[in-house]
Amino acid sequence: MQLFRLTAHELHGFLSKREISAEELNKAVFDRIAAVEDKIGAYICRTKELALERARAVDRQIKEGARTAPLAGIPVAIKDNICTNGISTTAGSKILADFIPPYSATVVKKLEAAGATMTGKTNMDEFAMGSSTENSAFLTTRNPWDTGRVPGGSSGGSAAAVAAGEVICALGSDTGGSIRQPAAFCGVVGMKPTYGAVSRYGLIAFASSLDQIGPLTKDVTDCALMLNVICGHDPMDSTSADFTVPDFTGFLNEDVRGLKIGVPEEFMVEGIDPRVRASVESAMTLLENLGAVVEYTNLPHNKHALSAYYLIAPAEASSNLARYDGVRYGYRAPAAEDVVDMFIKTRSEALGPEVKRRIMLGTYGLSAGYYDAYYLKALKVRTLIKQDFERALEKFDLLLSPATPTPAFRFGEKVDDPLKMYLSDICTIPVNLAGIPGISLPCGFVDGMPVGLQLMGKYFDEGTLLRVAYTFEQNTDYHRKQPEI
Amino acid sequence: MKILITKKDVEHVAYLSRLELTAEEKELYTRQLNDILEHFQSLQQLDTGDVRPTAHVLPLKNVFREDWVGQHLSVEEVLANCPDREEDYFKVPKIV
Repeated sequence: MQLFRLTAHELHGFLSKREISAEELNKAVFDRIAAVEDKIGAYICRTKELALERARAVDRQIKEGARTAPLAGIPVAIKDNICTNGISTTAGSKILADFIPPYSATVVKKLEAAGATMTGKTNMDEFAMGSSTENSAFLTTRNPWDTGRVPGGSSGGSAAAVAAGEVICALGSDTGGSIRQPAAFCGVVGMKPTYGAVSRYGLIAFASSLDQIGPLTKDVTDCALMLNVICGHDPMDSTSADFTVPDFTGFLNEDVRGLKIGVPEEFMVEGIDPRVRASVESAMTLLENLGAVVEYTNLPHNKHALSAYYLIAPAEASSNLARYDGVRYGYRAPAAEDVVDMFIKTRSEALGPEVKRRIMLGTYGLSAGYYDAYYLKALKVRTLIKQDFERALEKFDLLLSPATPTPAFRFGEKVDDPLKMYLSDICTIPVNLAGIPGISLPCGFVDGMPVGLQLMGKYFDEGTLLRVAYTFEQNTDYHRKQPEI
Repeated sequence: MKILITKKDVEHVAYLSRLELTAEEKELYTRQLNDILEHFQSLQQLDTGDVRPTAHVLPLKNVFREDWVGQHLSVEEVLANCPDREEDYFKVPKIV
């Protein structure tokens, strides 16, 4: 039995029956990492000793007869923009190459408390800005299904690690699709919870009104188990929502009878690869055959989502990234004449081209004379987009679409044309603008590359998404396919 | 194509952003930002006269908490990552 191929809930069964030890499991995952990491490049840093130490602690508890939590002993990887006390956290940027956080993010503390072990920090586009992980300052992550293709981004390392069996579950962050798009490209399950459902304390900020942490897993049950641990109000994040966290595994019912599913036509036309559309249409038919009511609907302002997003997110980023000034932490350029010269040299030397581009775009949109035409206009359009979703979700229980317009693309295909790269997030961006939850799950293959199905729900109704995703999964076997590496 | 942002604008925005661009970067960003801003022009077709802006999706107002002394990082922990220090202070090059 190859333990790295199993899901957290399967492994939990073996662990609690003491058929395997947590140490054995963690060693198996690190053996897998040693075997394939040269080809995949999912990790910026690995924490083997720490994982094995925690695994042994879990084994001692199991031996003493303690009831084990579902994630106890399970290897989890953390995206490298989520702070880990005493462990390097770079956000994929040269400017944080030597940064060692003095505290852990709330989600990291919660996973620790749940007994999860940590395999390491995963590669990402610098400051989560990108859709292919090609913007990492450190290494290239390759898609486990075809190493000539990108894993997606910005949580490309987390998605590739899960798909390649280099970890069992992972955390990512999603500002415009950075969990769902790489999940789709790598054939795993990825969820962006409702804005505010998961604490952002300790997440290195990109665009604060859009950023949300979420899980990447091999199946929907593991997604629910991860949500059970990471969701909930946190006094350390004033934008975290005070709501009652349900047991998400309670939604894992194979039943979609009578559920009303809307398919926004705008997500099925322009720029969508016909083969991707065909996969999504098969998913629609399957859900219909299982008793759901599937109908087309409209989100009239959706065509403006990309423009609104690429004004709002860079504007917030330009403000958030002003903190990288070489004073308190991070890189500082040597030999500056005065403090402003130091700011300029530090940032110019240590930030990458896409980050500079977005800081400039955001600064421009916020600058005197352009604020009303760009930033304020974008915020108003965001209202229209949000209202479209609210109206559609009054009529339907959830919405369905492709997660990405195409399967994973090749290295270098879009990296020199920012607008082309931005368009690869066209299906996921509107969800962040509205703040609703979205999940991507495997729904087919095109030329051997996975295709992702996106489900979008009402605020704090992750449960319905899990129910539909689980039902879909129980009636298909796409999630069981694993790449040959 | 309409020029929406000139090289001079790019230089100004770079300065506001505390970035220094090479000659090639100035050319590249001027071209790329023009392409991106051109794409954004479609927003201007929308009548948003009566629409209120959404800066944030949750209906949150100010979030307050009791003012109490909690746990916090020690000075050494706070200064552990800083590039240069003097005693308990961050040290920077001359300001004036």
